[in-house]
Amino acid sequence: MEAGTATTTRRAVPYIGAARRRWGEDLIKGILFLAALISVLTTTGIVISLLRETVVFFQSVGLGDYLIGTKWTPTFQPASFGVLPLLVGTFLITGIAMVVAVPLGIGSAIYLSEYARPRVRRTIKPILELLAGVPTIVFGYFALTYFTPNILQDILHLRVDVFNALSAGIIMGFMIVPTVASISEDALTAVPQSLREGAFALGASRLQVSLRVVFPAALSGVVASVVLGVSRAVGETMIVLVAAGQIASMSADPRGPHYTITSFIGAIAKGDIPTGSVEYKTIFALGMTLFLITLAMNLISIRFVRKYRQVYE
Amino acid sequence: MRMLLAFAAVGVLALGAAACGSDDNSNGGGGGNSNLSGTIKIDGSSTVGPFAQAAAEKFQGENPNVKVTVGTSGTGGGFEKFCAGETDISDASRPIKPDEEAPVCKKKGITYQQVQVANDGIAVTTNKDLTVDCLTVAQLKKLWNKGSKVKSLSEVKSGLPSTKLSLYGPGTDSGTFDFFTEKINGEEGVSRTDYQPSEDDNVLVQGIEGSGGGLGYFGFSYYEGNASKLNLVGVDDGSGCVKPTAADIQSGKYKPLSRPLFMYPSEKALARPEVKAFMRYVVENYQGIAKDAQIVPMTSSQVADAKKELGQGEAKAS
Amino acid sequence: MLLLGVLLVDVVRDGIGQLSFDFLTSFSSINAKQAGIEAALTGTIWLMAVCAAFIVPVGVATAIYLEEYADNDRWWNRLIEVNIQNLAAVPSIVYGILGLAFLVRGPLSLGNVVLAGGLTLGLLVLPVVIIAGREAIRAVPASIREGSLALGATKWQTIWRQVLPASIPGIATGVILALSRAIGETAPLIVVGAATFLAFNPSGLDSSFTALPIQIFDWISRPSNDINNYKPLAAGGILVLMILLMAMNSIAIWLRNRYEQKW
Repeated sequence: MEAGTATTTRRAVPYIGAARRRWGEDLIKGILFLAALISVLTTTGIVISLLRETVVFFQSVGLGDYLIGTKWTPTFQPASFGVLPLLVGTFLITGIAMVVAVPLGIGSAIYLSEYARPRVRRTIKPILELLAGVPTIVFGYFALTYFTPNILQDILHLRVDVFNALSAGIIMGFMIVPTVASISEDALTAVPQSLREGAFALGASRLQVSLRVVFPAALSGVVASVVLGVSRAVGETMIVLVAAGQIASMSADPRGPHYTITSFIGAIAKGDIPTGSVEYKTIFALGMTLFLITLAMNLISIRFVRKYRQVYE
Repeated sequence: MRMLLAFAAVGVLALGAAACGSDDNSNGGGGGNSNLSGTIKIDGSSTVGPFAQAAAEKFQGENPNVKVTVGTSGTGGGFEKFCAGETDISDASRPIKPDEEAPVCKKKGITYQQVQVANDGIAVTTNKDLTVDCLTVAQLKKLWNKGSKVKSLSEVKSGLPSTKLSLYGPGTDSGTFDFFTEKINGEEGVSRTDYQPSEDDNVLVQGIEGSGGGLGYFGFSYYEGNASKLNLVGVDDGSGCVKPTAADIQSGKYKPLSRPLFMYPSEKALARPEVKAFMRYVVENYQGIAKDAQIVPMTSSQVADAKKELGQGEAKAS
Repeated sequence: MLLLGVLLVDVVRDGIGQLSFDFLTSFSSINAKQAGIEAALTGTIWLMAVCAAFIVPVGVATAIYLEEYADNDRWWNRLIEVNIQNLAAVPSIVYGILGLAFLVRGPLSLGNVVLAGGLTLGLLVLPVVIIAGREAIRAVPASIREGSLALGATKWQTIWRQVLPASIPGIATGVILALSRAIGETAPLIVVGAATFLAFNPSGLDSSFTALPIQIFDWISRPSNDINNYKPLAAGGILVLMILLMAMNSIAIWLRNRYEQKW
């Protein structure tokens, strides 16, 4: 049994010579513990910094106005702080992205785990890893300078603005494919061979085996990968900032520009914000909203995996 | 795999050699004054931004040990930082507001000198497919005023195209915004809000260029650089339709949207030799800098005034 | 897959003409023909150095603690573990906000400088190093530890002399992966305030800076006009960034292959 698979059982290493306990050992343990605390401090820091300014923000802006208001114009007179347009933009683009990422990602995963020969697998997996490592600004560049003018406007003849949600959404979908594909593929390959063999023995075709036997068995992992993909899409900034424009609009038309929560923060921050100003407070309130949304999704994803995981042998 | 590795290694070595081995290489090259050193922080209007950037480049070419950073947070944003003591020079496409901004500076003990550095007009432009030749001030007001629901040019004047408009304009931190709203809508800050705002004029140009119904306003210099891709709209303030040109802006014939551009060095900064040298450089070399930045330069009488203003500032500083 | 190919071809086509020694050694300029990425490149290198200096000791120490010392029954240790998992999924722009609030302004008030940027990136990618480090340490079999202890070594000596050296390749791979993620991050740097127009190399930890992704972003935002065409500059910058990334990934893969130990 490889040591690498020992995830839940860690053998306690017997400590011989307990009598001669040097104080140095405790000191070292203490230092290491402090290092580990840094990660906790980071989370605390994030929560505190967001919370503090968010509270100040909501002292002047009503929570109701924020949550159900439909106009987001924080810098104009009179200012309006309804976050709905930003949420519409965020979920519109995320939706488009998932329409692209889910079929492509799960499809690739099924192909890689059920159909592909080992050699094909060995070449495609590194390519997926490479795609996963491309900085998001490169995707943004591609969306703005190539996808929108050449594909959407010239080839498909869609009447889109140069900054539009459709282009950003589709390209974001491609960016998320590796996440969905690799986690789904892990889930699919974890399904024991015996299940497949049993189904084959009963006369099922490869397609039937993949879709009716293996896929349902790995469902929890696949769903987790999709939720993680959504979480990534919601939190993504650069693709939207570069390619999706800067209007906070309630319309669901993807051919025009849309602010998302992330691109608004980025656009405001680009101008560099003086401490204590209206803009400064809005980025914290928005950051808090974003943090809560992605936190919720991650917890759901973890829950899902734990609850529905079928344990084999 | 080996090939990839070798290629990667060569790439990294090349980059490393390039990055490490040329720290003293700069655009201007040549000798120049190496006695001046320090950092100069400039921020403010994105209309003045290119001018400041061009000035910074040229100045650094002659004074390689001086580091200049130029931000473009908008005239308003720039003044906020300036009056908080965070920047040395504030770029502005309108004078500092005497009732809102100047008192903040005064409270913090920041004194400054206003120096004109260039001229600018606000150009109203549309996408090449949206043909309109001229708009009166009243029509512009109908389009841009607060609460306006105008969706197409045909609502402003019959006979104009009925294409749905995609509006672009500066954000509320921009001096261009303040100036345009004051001159067109009658009061600073009064404007409709359903347009794409950005302090970055580049984004506006890109947007108008690429959208069939694109219409917007921004600094003339940004139009000049992109003339072949945009349609310039003339403005009629009652004395005839005028399309902005550099000459018309300098002479003030392009009304009401012509304006001077300023740099505001703080007295505290002017006391430093590198800042003093920089401002001197700007007023001496204004032609070359303006040309590089594609901005309308000052007239000779404006230059004389600018030098006087700078002289006053220097006197106050020392 | 196809899309990646198209993307690459497009970028290469636009950018390849741009790559030259001058490009690497010139600073950004209004004049597109003269512009280069030297300031951005050196800025990126400085940032990576600060980032690495932070994540290596902290990440490795945390990994050692969690694998060797932490008793899983204590609630605070479980909290740390859950915490790290959550941190790995927080959007990068939130880290930028964190950096702005605590490092640039707030308690530390470092300003928009290299140190603040590097630390912000470090916090962002720290979970990558911790997770990779844990895997590497965990892979060292118990027999090695037991043998060392049987010979009378203390726990720390065992870790320092036996376990760590054996897990260095895994840790190194993790560090490289973390850095290759950090190198391409734009959003947090925007919020932390990397200036967009800069024509000098950073002079120290307390200097203003710019970085490759920021410079690329700046060039993308400028419309190309009759006089200055910025699109090839952006493409050139992207090419440089991708070359750096590929180099780093190749080193990581090579490390993994060369030192993969079969226990």
